[in-house]
Amino acid sequence: MAYKTIIGLEIHSELMTNSKIFCNCTTEFGGDINTHCCPVCLGLPGALPVINKKVVEYGIRAGIAFHSDIARETKMDRKNYFYPDLVKGYQISQDNIPLCSGGFIEVEKEDGPKEIRIRRIHIEEDTGKSVHSEDGGSLLDYNRSGVPLIEIVTEPDMNSPEEVKEFLEKLKATLEYIEVSDVKMEEGSLRCDVNINVVEEETGVKTSITELKNLNSFKAVVKALEYEEKRHIELLKEGKENLKETRRWDEVNNETIVMRVKEGAADYRYFPEPDLVKIEIEEEWIESIRKNLPELPHDKKERFMKEYDIPEYDAGVLTQSKYLAAFYEETVKYSDDPKQVSNWIMGDVLRRINDEEIEIKDLKFTSKDLGELLKLIEDGKISNNIGKKVLRDMFDTGKSPSTIVKEKGLIQISDEGALKEIVEKVIKNNEQSIMDYKNGKNRALGFLVGQVMKETRGKANPQLANKLILEIIDEK
Amino acid sequence: MISKKEIEHIANLSKLKFNKDEIEGFAEKFSEIINYVEKLQEVDTKGVETTYQVNPNTQFMREDNVLESFSNEEALSNAPDKQYGYFKLPKILD
Repeated sequence: MAYKTIIGLEIHSELMTNSKIFCNCTTEFGGDINTHCCPVCLGLPGALPVINKKVVEYGIRAGIAFHSDIARETKMDRKNYFYPDLVKGYQISQDNIPLCSGGFIEVEKEDGPKEIRIRRIHIEEDTGKSVHSEDGGSLLDYNRSGVPLIEIVTEPDMNSPEEVKEFLEKLKATLEYIEVSDVKMEEGSLRCDVNINVVEEETGVKTSITELKNLNSFKAVVKALEYEEKRHIELLKEGKENLKETRRWDEVNNETIVMRVKEGAADYRYFPEPDLVKIEIEEEWIESIRKNLPELPHDKKERFMKEYDIPEYDAGVLTQSKYLAAFYEETVKYSDDPKQVSNWIMGDVLRRINDEEIEIKDLKFTSKDLGELLKLIEDGKISNNIGKKVLRDMFDTGKSPSTIVKEKGLIQISDEGALKEIVEKVIKNNEQSIMDYKNGKNRALGFLVGQVMKETRGKANPQLANKLILEIIDEK
Repeated sequence: MISKKEIEHIANLSKLKFNKDEIEGFAEKFSEIINYVEKLQEVDTKGVETTYQVNPNTQFMREDNVLESFSNEEALSNAPDKQYGYFKLPKILD
């Protein structure tokens, strides 16, 4: 039997405005408990919301980046539900006229790019945060109440956990690029709810949709989806029917657990927010936002190919994140060989970053340090292999490459006189290899160069060593 | 007609509890109100876009400036119960 997995996402992303969506309190993360609050975000009677223009602008930016239609007239609505983290008993959100409609994000697949459609992007306010008290009560901090969010809803266009990961990475990179959110899943500035079900392709029999919550990393999203995909297929195989339910991911036991069974559609009794009137968006405003939009990943990739003459693959990898791209561009300034810089960043630098699960921002050394290292190699001061060792040191200590080279005495021996002595010694100890070489075994030359490198602990300039060996053999 | 079941649902959404008589009373009154506004359904609205605002004004949007917030003491000054700087509520079961 063939099965098709169907996945759609709802993503909430906190916008990086200075102040909240409906009041002038700071949006700064953390801060002492209940000190970023005012009558508006505490929902005190009589307080009136006034919308922050920047929130609308950032929403439009996202809409432009994801190829959505921007509404020329939109409104805010009340979404009514009772929960203690919601001060007013309703959330000011958007219902039937979202700020942005439609759009897509392209993900790379083996057989070419695939468009994942976006249904809508709307703006709304975040809720407060509750913690449990040891005596069984609930403790509420409303610093986050009223922090602006965009909610991005996709069509159910993803068909595997891997595709979801690709989509989220693209989405995150783009939100970073257009500077509307710092998209940190750990700090909750990017949150993702997932809807998944599976259909048996021949019969068309479907499982009921499961909603997944509490996914606080891309890894958790993928793992939870893999788990659910299997569970749904199993249900189909056994011919069992499941209920529409909400589950959460349990990271410790690597399984999903039922939170609640959904009976019917949620009843939020939306109605137009009476404290705010309709929002008009002028065409000129949209155009000026479009014009001033920071360079998008795709445009940056094209530019890298042209400006630095690097292959499409390289340009694609380097523009995956705004920070990586900036790191590359900074490093190139110090080197004469952009392709070489790309090789080092895509190779040794990214490998280490992925192994340690850190980000480019967390590196102990700067792009200038890496540039300096590559310059040392380009100028023949150190060999490629020594360069790799120096880079490892830079990762560990954050020291500059010239300091490491000096401290460890790694400067390449490019002085003919000094190297000649070593070469002569090596040749004297390896008479057999010389015979072999003279008898046409070219490999013997490589062996001899290797011996010179060993003698000098990698510091010999290999081209020079090669040349000197040949000279001495010829003399014999 | 509004059924008793619908009244129970609405009460439940509002976290309110009523006895049988009250629910029956509400069902009756709600039905009367609905019947009254039902009259509006007679108007032919084909091709007319939904009116969600009769006020002709458009929203003023403020600049993204931070102003001073309440101190923790001010924020909590009306709270019936508090602990460690938090608002304190009875345990939430949902």
